[in-house]
Amino acid sequence: MSFLNPSNGAWSILALLVALLLVLVTFVKFTRLWTVILIALLPILGVWTFVKAPEWGLWFPKDVSTHGAGMDSLFNLILWMVAITFVLTEVGLVWCVFRYHDKVPGKSLFTHGSHKLEMIWTAIPAVALLVIAFAQIGTFKQIKFEDHWPTGGPYSKDKPIAHVIAYQFAWLMRYPDANGSFDSVDVIESPFDFVVPVDTDIMFQLKSRDVLHSFFLPNLRLKQDAVPGMTIPMWFQATEVGEYDLICAELCGWGHYKMAGRLIVKSKPDYEKWLADKRAALKSNGTADLEAAE
Amino acid sequence: MSPDGNSAPAHAPAHAPGHGGGAHPAQEGPRGVAAPGTVHVSHDHHELGFLRKYVFSVDHKVIAIQFMLTGLFFLVLGGLFAMAIRHQVAWPWKPIPGLSVLFPDTGGVISPEFYTMLFTMHGTIMIFFVIIPLLTGAFGNFLIPLMVGAPDMAFPKLNMFGYWAMIPAIFFALLGFFVEGGAAAAGWTAYPTLSTIATAAPGSLTGQTWWLMALTWVGVSSMMGAVNYVTTIFKMRAPGMTMMRMPLSIWGLLIAALLQLFALPVLTAASILQLLDRTLHTGFFTPSNLLVNATRPELLSNAGAALDGASGGHPLLWQHLFWFYSHPAVYIMVLPAMGFASDILSTHARKPVFGYKPMVYSMSAIAGLGFIVWGHHMFTSGMNPALGMSFMVATIMIALPSAVKVFNWIGTLWGSRIHLNSAMLNALAFVAMFIIGGLSGIWMAATPVDIYIHDTYIVVAHFHYVVFAGSVFAIWAAIYHWFPKMFGRQMNETLGKVHFIGSFVFTNGVFYMMHQIGLAGLMRRTADPYTYATYAHLQESNELITLCAFALFVWQIFFVINFFHSMFWGKRVGRNPWRANSLEWEAPSPPGHGNFDRELAVYRGPYEYGSPEVSEDYLPQTRKLGDGAARPAQAHAHH
Amino acid sequence: MSQATLAPHAGAHGHHGHKADPFAYDPAVDAPAEHHAIYDYDSGPPVERGKFAIWLFLATEVMFFTGLIGTYIILRTGASAWPNPEERLAVDITAFNTFVLIISSWLMVRALQAGQKGDKAGILKWLGATILGGALFVGIQVYEYIELYKHGSWPNVDIFWSTFYAMTGFHGLHVVVGVIWLICAWFGAARGKYTAQNHMGLELAGLYWHFVDLVWVLLFTIVYLF
Ligand code: HEA
Ligand code: HEA
Ligand code: CUA
Ligand SMILES: [Cu+2]
Repeated sequence: MSFLNPSNGAWSILALLVALLLVLVTFVKFTRLWTVILIALLPILGVWTFVKAPEWGLWFPKDVSTHGAGMDSLFNLILWMVAITFVLTEVGLVWCVFRYHDKVPGKSLFTHGSHKLEMIWTAIPAVALLVIAFAQIGTFKQIKFEDHWPTGGPYSKDKPIAHVIAYQFAWLMRYPDANGSFDSVDVIESPFDFVVPVDTDIMFQLKSRDVLHSFFLPNLRLKQDAVPGMTIPMWFQATEVGEYDLICAELCGWGHYKMAGRLIVKSKPDYEKWLADKRAALKSNGTADLEAAE
Repeated sequence: MSPDGNSAPAHAPAHAPGHGGGAHPAQEGPRGVAAPGTVHVSHDHHELGFLRKYVFSVDHKVIAIQFMLTGLFFLVLGGLFAMAIRHQVAWPWKPIPGLSVLFPDTGGVISPEFYTMLFTMHGTIMIFFVIIPLLTGAFGNFLIPLMVGAPDMAFPKLNMFGYWAMIPAIFFALLGFFVEGGAAAAGWTAYPTLSTIATAAPGSLTGQTWWLMALTWVGVSSMMGAVNYVTTIFKMRAPGMTMMRMPLSIWGLLIAALLQLFALPVLTAASILQLLDRTLHTGFFTPSNLLVNATRPELLSNAGAALDGASGGHPLLWQHLFWFYSHPAVYIMVLPAMGFASDILSTHARKPVFGYKPMVYSMSAIAGLGFIVWGHHMFTSGMNPALGMSFMVATIMIALPSAVKVFNWIGTLWGSRIHLNSAMLNALAFVAMFIIGGLSGIWMAATPVDIYIHDTYIVVAHFHYVVFAGSVFAIWAAIYHWFPKMFGRQMNETLGKVHFIGSFVFTNGVFYMMHQIGLAGLMRRTADPYTYATYAHLQESNELITLCAFALFVWQIFFVINFFHSMFWGKRVGRNPWRANSLEWEAPSPPGHGNFDRELAVYRGPYEYGSPEVSEDYLPQTRKLGDGAARPAQAHAHH
Repeated sequence: MSQATLAPHAGAHGHHGHKADPFAYDPAVDAPAEHHAIYDYDSGPPVERGKFAIWLFLATEVMFFTGLIGTYIILRTGASAWPNPEERLAVDITAFNTFVLIISSWLMVRALQAGQKGDKAGILKWLGATILGGALFVGIQVYEYIELYKHGSWPNVDIFWSTFYAMTGFHGLHVVVGVIWLICAWFGAARGKYTAQNHMGLELAGLYWHFVDLVWVLLFTIVYLF
């Protein structure tokens, strides 16, 4: 915020105050004019900020997933529909305030409604809303319905890449031992870092040990609460190598704000290497069996 | 008899024959069924002392004002909490200037656990101690008897208890801040197991118990009110006041009361179960094999205590029960507001409400659908995704009756003659901004989109647009509009307009940008967002939002001055300063105990503005026209 | 009548142009009257107000128990294993208790019939019997709780007992409230409050009592029998 800059702040604020005062005085004097402007500003600034938002970095973070495209386009579909509705209804309001004021001679139009109009403005939104509703179904199924999940990859619901365990205020990823077992002393534990290979369908199981948490990967448009007492299977595919924030998105206590983890997407060979290194480092080191407590 | 030929009804002399006692009929015990249209005439003779008149009053108008002052007080408190929240989100861990005087040990810095208490209590107070008491407690009480032509509520004593049940609620709600561990800190949604396990959060030590007690008492208060409102509306309408001649405010309040009757008991049951989980260690919401770290032992006296008690319950069960109430509750927070807006728009635009019946039906539809959409708060909760789909469709369909309402409001303004006074400005702003809040609801209703959006600031933007930019603006409109009836004086228009412009600008300044930062992924309930790289660039926007919030808060000084000044020194007005049609304007301003000083008969709906039948631009519901005109539906039985 | 329903004085002022501002405050007509005649209209459905309100109240009670019973059903169907109630509870004693409550409902019907005839002695007799039935029910339930407690069965033991005590306990509280209500009605009857024309108080208490019994039949079925 440049006007907050201490070097020019005082002057900007003074100028603002003066401007405010002027606006106020004229508002009281010319209420109608200003009301028209104010309401008109809603759609104008409202649409403008949405147009500008990507430029300001106030838009979806970069998408590196296969879920993202579908979700973002659904968002945009709704954005278009509501933007049109928004502008039309606000313009209607502005027009009425502008046109029908108490100085217009005569009484107001004496009508109690119109059956035809009611039908029209029920039917049109109904169609729009049904379109919106049905458009969602495919993407939702793909993300959430187990029978719509991709098969054939190295991982599956029963053979997950890892168990992701949330607890106050940390993440623990447990990778199975070489035999795919989670009940062995050779389980690999990776605190805070969820390491996965790129371009692979990743299936994992989400658990919580104490209270609700939520597994949120903004860059992969994925969010799922971790519920104590439940084991929730999930899947995603990351399309780009890199490190991304893993955020706890459900209030879980005083440290909720800092329950940060990382999603580390590696190339397939790098991932294999990481796993092998971990296995090697582990060797017969027994780990505290955290999961046994579940 | 007044000189201009308006007389009191001939049959309403000071001493009407045929009744003894002098007790207020509405306070009498059960009576036999009276024929419709029968008029019981009575009057009361006793002078009431100060206590009986202003504190333990059974007069619905006094109770209404009690609710209003309580609600406004909590609006200030909840607003202060909001300011602390905003300060923290913009400048995490920076001391709040001046706060170190109050809290010397922290130096005015908000601790992370205090932050969780702040938004929990902010949400709780705003919803349960501000919006619901203001809409149903204050305006429900004030308007229902006056607008249907009744002398008081059906059960005035019950009404008084309804207000007094708020006192323990207030006590328990505030008590939390003074007990060990501090106030409840599990969010206003109080999800277990954070809320049920004492060691999970400092506020769950004892604060949560008091929070649940507070909620239960609020529930008792609302339930007493709701029984009263529905009975009064059904049973005490003046002759000729058919259901379809009731002002939309009454419809909104009626439907909200029905929602409370059918939804609130479920929340009461749920909070009692949570209370049992916390005190008797039952296991309704506790799954087996929990392992709770006492992560900050120094905060907890019994840190590390093993979890004893039953288990085998389910945390999601609470969410279902909670939202089964709290989703309908959001419509409790908006339907009366919609009603007020309709009445105020129509009155000050001098034009009949467009599509009265569609308005009534759409309010009913919103309420009905409202019962089957609660799952939209749980799309990412782990609930069966197939259920998510049906909740999505039902939720999106709620936009339909809402659309009908919005279009009818615009239709009402079309061809009207708008008087832009403070009440009208706020009502217009309600419509303009409710649209924004409603439309963002569509994103959230869409399941795949909500996977990303859930618990981000888009949700915060959504509900502040509907409850603050919506309901609070409607409450302001209602205050400006009915103030003359409440206090016999009008609020100052200049101050009202000054208040309006600042509130409008800064409200949008606060809440509009929240859409974009939510889109960028910012989570709600985050004490320090900038610990994440993803959010680092959002601080500037948050600073701007916070400055607008401070300005918004400070700006309310114009309202406070106007409110109290007008109460005592405002311009005195007659019965009907707005030339309005509905019944409340027939009574003196303010109406005495018993409301109307003459008998009423209703001949038409409340929105006959600009009727060609008369030369004025309004036509009160009680005015009888020549013989060809509409007659009251019910025969006017006697005399 | 016709002048009475004219527009308020203000509108008429406007017509005749007596004043510059017809809507201004005029103490002669606008002063609030504190002690004036009060009109109390009766509209809408042909039931007495109190009865109307009781039905609303019962609706809230229905929703309250819906919440509880819903909780029970969800937890029970969702549990991996649920103990057989017969092994943990004394079903025969409670079956008897259920019978007691059903009888008391019938006694209540008789009390109301006496009320409709204005038969004070009859009311006292039948209502007294209803109260005894209710009290017996509470007594047996307390006995049941004590026995269970002795066996170490308490709400914090497991989810079966949590739900058991919540369901039956809240119902028990309702019975206690009902008994107190009936006792008040009994004293009312003793004072001669109910006549053939007006016995609404009795009817309201009866409605509540039948409701409480009905809920028990449901609870007994799902908590004890299934
Ligand atoms: C007064 C309060 C109020 C109101 C009226 C609403 C109205 C609506 N709400 Fe909102 N809501 C809240 C208060 C309210 N809500 C609160 C407090 C929360 C957060 C709770 C918490 O977690 O703390 C919440 C959260 C919330 C969620 C959960 C989000 C999440 O946590 O992930 C969802 C999801 O579906 C939702 C949806 C809706 C919808 C679809 C409506 C609809 O009723 C809106 C309908 C209106 C319109 C759509 C506008 C008018 C229509 C038109 C102009 C034309 C037609 C439109 C189209 C063709 C698109 N709300
Ligand atoms: C009705 C409800 C309501 C209202 C009015 C508000 C008002 C405000 N809210 Fe609040 N808010 C909630 C309900 C409400 N909120 C809920 C339910 C939550 C979720 C809590 C949770 O997560 O559990 C929430 C959460 C919430 C958050 C998110 C916190 C987080 O998740 O970390 C934020 C952040 O900016 C916020 C900000 C504000 C601001 C700036 C206002 C401002 O608009 C406030 C400005 C206040 C005033 C302008 C009042 C001034 C006083 C008067 C006008 C009366 C004076 C008159 C007389 C005395 C006569 N709110
Ligand atoms: Cu874990 Cu929030
Ligand atoms: Cu909702």
